[in-house]
Amino acid sequence: MPDLTAGGPEGRTARTALALREATAAGRWALLDHPLLALPVAGTPAFLEPDAVVVHPDGTWTVVEIKSFPVIDGAADPAKVGAAARQAAVYVLALEELAARTADGDPARVRHEILLVCPKDFANVPAAGLVDVRKPRATTRRQLARLARVEDIAAELPAGTTFDLCLADDGKTAGRPAEELAAAVEAVGAAYAPECLAACELAFHCRARARAEGAVAALGRGLRGELGGLTTVESVLAAALGPEPAEEEAGVPDPTVAALRRAAALRAEALAPPLTGIEAACR
Amino acid sequence: MSLITTLARMEAVRDGRAQPLTTVRHRHLTERPLVFVPLTTAGEAGAPLGALVGTDRERPRLLVVPQPRDRDLRSAFLAELAEEMLPYVEGFAGDVTLEERKETDPATGKKVTVQVELCAGAPQLLVPSAAGVSYVRLLGRSMRFRRTAEQDPGTPHPAPPRVPLLGRWLTHFGERARVPGSSLLLPMTELLSRHWATGQSTLEDQHLGALLAWIDPPEGLTGAEAALRAELARDAAGQLLHPPAGPATDPAFDNKLLAPAVARHDAGLPGAAEELRALLETQLRPTWEAVWRGVDLLRALPEGERAGERWKRDRWSYTAHRDRVRAGEPPQPRRDDAVTAARKLAARETAQAQLEAQEALDDPLVMAGRRLAGEAFAGEVTEVVMEYTEAKVPRPRPLVTVRTDDGPYLAEGAKVHRVLADGKAQSAEFVGRVPGDPGALTVRLTGGMGRGKAPEPGSVPEKGDRVCWTLFEHAPRGGPELPDPERTPWTHGGPPGEPGVELPDPVTAEDLL
Repeated sequence: MPDLTAGGPEGRTARTALALREATAAGRWALLDHPLLALPVAGTPAFLEPDAVVVHPDGTWTVVEIKSFPVIDGAADPAKVGAAARQAAVYVLALEELAARTADGDPARVRHEILLVCPKDFANVPAAGLVDVRKPRATTRRQLARLARVEDIAAELPAGTTFDLCLADDGKTAGRPAEELAAAVEAVGAAYAPECLAACELAFHCRARARAEGAVAALGRGLRGELGGLTTVESVLAAALGPEPAEEEAGVPDPTVAALRRAAALRAEALAPPLTGIEAACR
Repeated sequence: MSLITTLARMEAVRDGRAQPLTTVRHRHLTERPLVFVPLTTAGEAGAPLGALVGTDRERPRLLVVPQPRDRDLRSAFLAELAEEMLPYVEGFAGDVTLEERKETDPATGKKVTVQVELCAGAPQLLVPSAAGVSYVRLLGRSMRFRRTAEQDPGTPHPAPPRVPLLGRWLTHFGERARVPGSSLLLPMTELLSRHWATGQSTLEDQHLGALLAWIDPPEGLTGAEAALRAELARDAAGQLLHPPAGPATDPAFDNKLLAPAVARHDAGLPGAAEELRALLETQLRPTWEAVWRGVDLLRALPEGERAGERWKRDRWSYTAHRDRVRAGEPPQPRRDDAVTAARKLAARETAQAQLEAQEALDDPLVMAGRRLAGEAFAGEVTEVVMEYTEAKVPRPRPLVTVRTDDGPYLAEGAKVHRVLADGKAQSAEFVGRVPGDPGALTVRLTGGMGRGKAPEPGSVPEKGDRVCWTLFEHAPRGGPELPDPERTPWTHGGPPGEPGVELPDPVTAEDLL
């Protein structure tokens, strides 16, 4: 277990790279405890800290991820395993980047199976399993390649936009007025979906904004595809319940609008009290 | 989500309160359900923190584990839980009715009618959310393999007497909850969101407080405002006004209130246990009230006609498990063998198809969704032409023409079904569309008209009648029968060997932190 302590993130990444190279060259088992890796995200480096990286005697590397959810009877919550695999895939990408730059430049030395360590059953005994991360790795790689560069996003913002909280000396109290900060956040566009709530601390802000705009995506990501060009709640309701467009201006009817009008008519028919004819026939 | 549901959500946004998705209640609710609101400890699997449990809304029983990492205290909690739950669960075992069932006689191979017991009632467990259902399953798993001192005198940490039995029952409830349409164990959030569409996403509907806020907002607030308050409002001390429905607790509560209180209990300070009880009650009580409010809202809806039929299947399932327990069978295995797994899967698929058909037949609003999807059509009969088969004894095969605004996806010869006045299903065949008359469809009746030459009165619709035909069967059957266990193909692991004895989870040094 090489010592990886160093000053600052850059120092620690350099230290990690050095330790990995040495351990690989030595051709023995080595365990790097909380190494620090760098991965360019949208053109700026992001620092990542996997729980551990194992160097095999054959010179290959394995990412180790330790999680607190249990493995009961050999199976863990698939959603949680999936999240862990996505997280580890980012570490694998960062290691591949490092492998390509150092040593003999062979990214294949990073194994695509990660070691997931979890408590077993109801005890605190560790149980480990190999998880294949090729799929999340490919997904993440594609997403990273498609990300807009931070400079490009920043170029579109008004000059002087900053998210700096201007923290006071105690490190907790924000010195910046909330309105100013809110205005800065407003300047950046956001594509809110309900899934954001589980992952992002700004989600409630984005949700309030999406709801104020009446965006249909606030009700679920799937709705956007279902409703075609109708992106606001207001326009959907107008299309479904409003007066029918006059014949001469109607042209080719939009299939989404036609389906919505039919849905509204059927819903109104089924809800209209009291039950008559057709509903009685359906009972 | 169907377009009708989407539309209902939009209407909910516009009106600021939830909109109905059904006109009847599609799940059976018993007179006396047992409400169970569990809380768990963060970071440890199956370490209960406390629970409110009971059938009496005014007097729930509060159970607390003052130090969740202490396995003895945990055992004591489970023993108390068994004391509270088992009399309720077993209370339905004695009252039985006799039902007739066809069985194959193993000696002669003939089908014979036998009388079997069916419990007249069954227990019903209500938990706040889907996470609560998983937690019931987890508790069942953690208890059912434990051994009591009586079963195994040598066991180092014997379980309290009735705990393994409760584990088996909770496992049964958890397994049954996976069958679509079953009502032995129901999460309140799922029940409510089946019957109402809110102006938020399905993800946000999993918050019981927010869901109730949309369905029944307090005076002067819209659903969205009330839901936001239920999600985020905190008091001066930073604690949520509406604690989460669990089983996980709010981290602010864990760090600021719970951890210090547990530390005081560990230090042996007087009154610390009472303080913990009071603390956990503040977290559990609002959820307890919310579940009962949900019960009130659901009881206001009339029960669907066919929900009782599904409840009867729950009673069968309860009776079967009662018999397994009485026969002294071992607890459910950790993993099902291939045959059991395939059987369960097939049963759930059938149950899903039946549930979908029955909900549509019970509820015009659900049927409207099926009509929109092209799986049913309703309209007025415009013409009836009597025709007969050319067999030796001619049978009636009348042609019925229906004018409808619906757009069913019909191929020639497709089977359609409708309900007759006596509740039986009548089948027909699609013949074709009437040329020159859009919306007019002709079907040929093929059954449900009795055995005679002339159709029974009322079995053939008349001109001017309103009828509703479905493209789906009303009582769908499962797929072909599965092979016998000893003929399990090698793709599924081959014939199962002798079932191994399931050992209890070993106690490890890391168990006691």
